Amino acid sequence: MAEVLNMQNIFKSFYMGEEELEVLHDVNLTVNSGEFLSILGPSGSGKSTMMNIIGCLDVPTSGKYLLSGNDINELDEIELGFIRNKEIGFVFQSFQLLPRLSALQNVELPLIYAGLSSSDRKQRAAKILDRVGLSDKTRNLPNQLSGGQQQRVAIARALVTEPTILLADEPTGALDQKTGAQVMELFEELNHDGRTIIMITHDTDIARHAQRVVKILDGNLTEQGV
Amino acid sequence: MLLESILMSWENIVKNKLRSFLTMLGIVIGVASIIALITIVQGATNSISNQVSELGANKVTVTAMGTPLKQGLNEEDISNISKVGNISGVSPTISGKTGIVYNGKVIENVAVQGKNDVYFNMDSSLLKTGRPINILDLDSKNQVAIIGNDIVNELFYGVNPLGKELMLNGTTYTVIGTLQGSSGFSMGSNNESVVIPYTTALRSLGVKNISSLDVFLEDTTLADDTVTEIKGVLNPAFNYKDNAYTIFNMGDMIESFESMMSMMSLLLAGIAAISLVVGGIGIMNMMLVSITERTTEIGLRKALGATPNRIQLQFVIEAIFLSVVGGLIGLVLGGVIAYTAATLIGTGFSISISTISLAVGFSGLVGIVFGYMPARKASRLNPIDALRSL
Ligand SMILES: Nc1ncnc2c1ncn2[C@@H]1O[C@H](COP(=O)(O)OP(=O)(O)OP(=O)(O)O)[C@@H](O)[C@H]1O
Ligand SMILES: [Mg+2]
Repeated sequence: MAEVLNMQNIFKSFYMGEEELEVLHDVNLTVNSGEFLSILGPSGSGKSTMMNIIGCLDVPTSGKYLLSGNDINELDEIELGFIRNKEIGFVFQSFQLLPRLSALQNVELPLIYAGLSSSDRKQRAAKILDRVGLSDKTRNLPNQLSGGQQQRVAIARALVTEPTILLADEPTGALDQKTGAQVMELFEELNHDGRTIIMITHDTDIARHAQRVVKILDGNLTEQGV
Repeated sequence: MLLESILMSWENIVKNKLRSFLTMLGIVIGVASIIALITIVQGATNSISNQVSELGANKVTVTAMGTPLKQGLNEEDISNISKVGNISGVSPTISGKTGIVYNGKVIENVAVQGKNDVYFNMDSSLLKTGRPINILDLDSKNQVAIIGNDIVNELFYGVNPLGKELMLNGTTYTVIGTLQGSSGFSMGSNNESVVIPYTTALRSLGVKNISSLDVFLEDTTLADDTVTEIKGVLNPAFNYKDNAYTIFNMGDMIESFESMMSMMSLLLAGIAAISLVVGGIGIMNMMLVSITERTTEIGLRKALGATPNRIQLQFVIEAIFLSVVGGLIGLVLGGVIAYTAATLIGTGFSISISTISLAVGFSGLVGIVFGYMPARKASRLNPIDALRSL
């Protein structure tokens, strides 16, 4: 299977004045196409930092990160924008939908930056909203949707560009157990259809939905036998 | 991509109607005052210089004060000046006052002007009825007169004056024409004067000198050269004495008046432009507030693939949009103000394309200048910090 993500000896430190805080320590990780990976760890362990680096929102202090063969260290701000648009589909804990835009318009957003025409965007956004079971809610504003529905809109937005990796940070964190389970079901379906998923969570039960789990503790990543 | 940014800007402006309007107000006032001031001043300038032109922008006037040896201009001077290039005609004026008698009725102290054929040729509207003075009249010093409105009314009430004979300074003159009543703006009124051939006037009015000459030009743009040449003729004639004569150039007058007025309108527009700057600062302020409010949105857009220049473009367009919409409202408002003022003062009203493009261009420029800094700030937001702020 094709390798989509390869991290070698990744270190990440934050500096506050003189003080250095090492958040990631010698992280090595390889993800193949079609995998459903969960990164599991307690609060403050470095999960979000990991997600920012995987999602090309941040760069490591040292180490090599290849995403679909692109060396992230060699890219400038503009190229990173294109990479995020093309390779990564973000799903956030708090959904991060734009409140003034309808469900359809929210899903269209990444396609604007991909340079698609308005009609193409609408068509693709409607199709993907149908895929997540919201074909009757396309005109609703986010505040006219339930939490589970909002998260499904966010997932649709993440999927609409056909990204290499669906990257989710605590996707069920703001949802009750039942809706959370529905979202996990959707993830499993998507993975079954071949989508590569990386999901970050502190919840062991949620992590269990993934076929592969890595644990992170104080910035150290360890593979977990299933 | 540009269209998308414009649409997004429009949405943001519509969603914040009141705030957008208040932000635009500075630009509206700035542009409205620039448009109104420039248009009003231009309208006034045009109508004043038009009226002045009617008095004769196509001529220069030579007035002789004379010297003890040569007290004024004579026929030799006229014929010498006529030989200068670029001259279409010379019209002398001889002024005197005398009494008129017709049919036993007397008017004292009537202004009598000695003129020639050129005077009438240059302005066909001078004559109301009858015929003008012609070369024959001048050559044979005919005793003919053209009389003004008031004199017609006083002496010839209900009678056609043409062909009638009246007494002027003790000699008999035949009335050959009447003068058109003159408009209020011209210097002196024709209504109470009598015009006779200047050659006749020289002989019979007891005036020995020609006090002034109107020299009509073919090409007014060459006025300065022609004036120099006329001086070249008159200086030797007056033996190079200072202050023997003056040459008054109406075109010069109009030119300096117009340049004064355009300086004034520039000055006024400059003052109004200050309010544009104030408006620009208002826009910058609103953009900064808007960026702070939309930090998360900017972070999200970046996460979804928006490049920094894309974000910057978005906000610059938003600022330009605000200021250009403000500029257009200001344009209309300024136009209405200028139109109202023009109607009240009674001057002409016209807005030139250059004024419009000045206003729109200026407001767009304000948008770019004052939108750039906030937009740059937005484009540099770190998406991680931006997303965390929620
Ligand atoms: N920009 C930053 N500057 C300084 N320290 C930071 C910064 N970002 C994260 N940290 C620190 O790095 C450590 C890991 O943070 P991170 O957000 O990755 O944890 P997490 O695993 O996502 O925790 P949680 O489950 O609570 O979200 C924390 O101690 C945090 O204080
Ligand atoms: Mg976190």
